[in-house]
Amino acid sequence: MTEKQESELDPLAAGYTRIIDAGDHWMRRLEKGQVFRILDLEGNQAVDTLFYNANDPTDRYSACDTIQGQGKLYLTTGSKLLSNRKTHLLTIVADTCGRHDTLGGACSRESNTMRYSLDKEHFHACRDSFLRGLQDWSPDLGKRDLPCNVNFFMNVPVTPEGGLTFEDGISAPGRYVEMQVETDLLCLISNCPQINNPCNAYNPTPVQVFIW
Amino acid sequence: MSASSSNELLYEVQLSGAGMWSKIIGRGKTLRLEDIEGGANVGMLLYNGHERLERYNMPDTLKGQQIFYLRSPYCLHSDMGRLLCSITADSCGWHDTVCGFSDAEQVEKKFGTKSYQEAGNHFHRNGRDCFLTELGKWGLGERDLMPNLNWFSKVVSDSEGNLSFVPNNSQAGDYVELRMETDALVILNTCSHPMDPDGTYQSHPVKLSVFSGVPPGPEDPSLRICPENQRAFRNTDDYHKLRFEG
Repeated sequence: MTEKQESELDPLAAGYTRIIDAGDHWMRRLEKGQVFRILDLEGNQAVDTLFYNANDPTDRYSACDTIQGQGKLYLTTGSKLLSNRKTHLLTIVADTCGRHDTLGGACSRESNTMRYSLDKEHFHACRDSFLRGLQDWSPDLGKRDLPCNVNFFMNVPVTPEGGLTFEDGISAPGRYVEMQVETDLLCLISNCPQINNPCNAYNPTPVQVFIW
Repeated sequence: MSASSSNELLYEVQLSGAGMWSKIIGRGKTLRLEDIEGGANVGMLLYNGHERLERYNMPDTLKGQQIFYLRSPYCLHSDMGRLLCSITADSCGWHDTVCGFSDAEQVEKKFGTKSYQEAGNHFHRNGRDCFLTELGKWGLGERDLMPNLNWFSKVVSDSEGNLSFVPNNSQAGDYVELRMETDALVILNTCSHPMDPDGTYQSHPVKLSVFSGVPPGPEDPSLRICPENQRAFRNTDDYHKLRFEG
C-alpha cells in the first residue's frame, strides 16, 4: 500500500465548502492554482468524479492517458491526472486514504441489470446523476461527454494473474484526498448511490468538498 | 470452434502496419483478426451501428466479468447493459484494454520524426490520429474517444498496480475472433501499443476476415461463463425484438 500524505491546509480557511449527500451530483468550476479536497465523512464512500477543461470541455479527464502516463493503475499522492489531449488537469498532493480507482467506471441503471439482476433497473445510479449534472451545466453537454471517471476512495484491486474485484473500501471516516488544480476546470461529482456491492459498504453516505 | 472452419468467408483484407479501417458488421457475423508476422497490436473502438451514443465500455466489461484483460470466451459490453460482441476463438489468451493508444508526440519522442513529405506513405502514424480519422467518417470525433481494446498486447499489473508490457505475447499466425451480438460499428488501427518499449517503428501487418454466422443459443460458452453475460445477452435480445423483429 502506498504511503499516506497529510495536508497542512486548514479546512476552516477554505474559501468554499459544501456537503454532497449520497446520490446527489455537484458541478463547479475550479481555477488553476486552487486546491481541491474531497473528504470522506463517514468512510468507505465512492465519489465518482469527472474533470473537463473549462475552456474546452472536449478536453477531459482520460483514465487511459492517466494510467499510461504513470505506468500504474491506482491514483495516490503524486499522481498526475491527464486529459485525452495529455493536458495536465490536476496533481494529487495529499491523500490519507492511499489508493483510488480509475478502472471501475460509474454505475448505471442499465449496467445494474447486467451486474445484479433485471429487477434492479430502478435503483438510482451514478451515470443518471452525471447526465443530469451535465444537462444542468450546459445544453451542449450530454452522454457523449461521459468518459471513464475517477472513483475516489474506491478499492478495485487487480491481481498479477489479471483478476479484478470490487473490495471493501480502504477508506475510513475523516480520510481525504487533495489536489492541486493545474488547469481551469469543471469538476462533476456523483456521490455514488450504489447499494449492491461493497464500494460504499452497502450504505451510501455524504462527502464534503473544500476549495482553497 | 473457429468461424473459419464452419462459415462462409464474406470479406478479407490485409492491413499494413499503422493501417486503419472502419465498417459496420452485422449481428451474428464474425470478425477474425490474424497477426501475420507476430508482435502486432490492433487498437479497436466499438459502437452500436445504429445508435452511436452506445459504445464499448471498458469498466462495465471488466467489472461485469471480474477480469482485467480479455480472452475467449469473454464478451465486450456496451455502456447500456448490452453485449457488442463475444470472443469466440483466441489463440493468444491475453488482450489489453486499459492502456489507451499512442499519440503524435509520443511517436515522435520514441521513433523520431518521419513526415509524409520525406517518407511518403511510410510516414509515422499514431493511434490517436488514426482513430480520429476513421471516427470522422461516421460523424464521430474526439468526444467519442473512449478506452479502447489493444488486441494481441499483454500488460500485467503487480499487487501495487505497477504495469509492465509483456513482449512476444502474440506469435505469427495468432488470431482472435469476435462474433457480433449486435450490428456494430468497428473502428480499428494497427498502430503499435503505447507501452511497447521496442524502439524501432514497427510495421506489423494484420489480416481481417469476416465470416457469416448466426446469433448464439443459451448454451454458448460466452454466455455460460457468468450470469452477467446472460443478463446482458437478454438485454441485447430485448433490444433486437423491439427494434427489428415482428
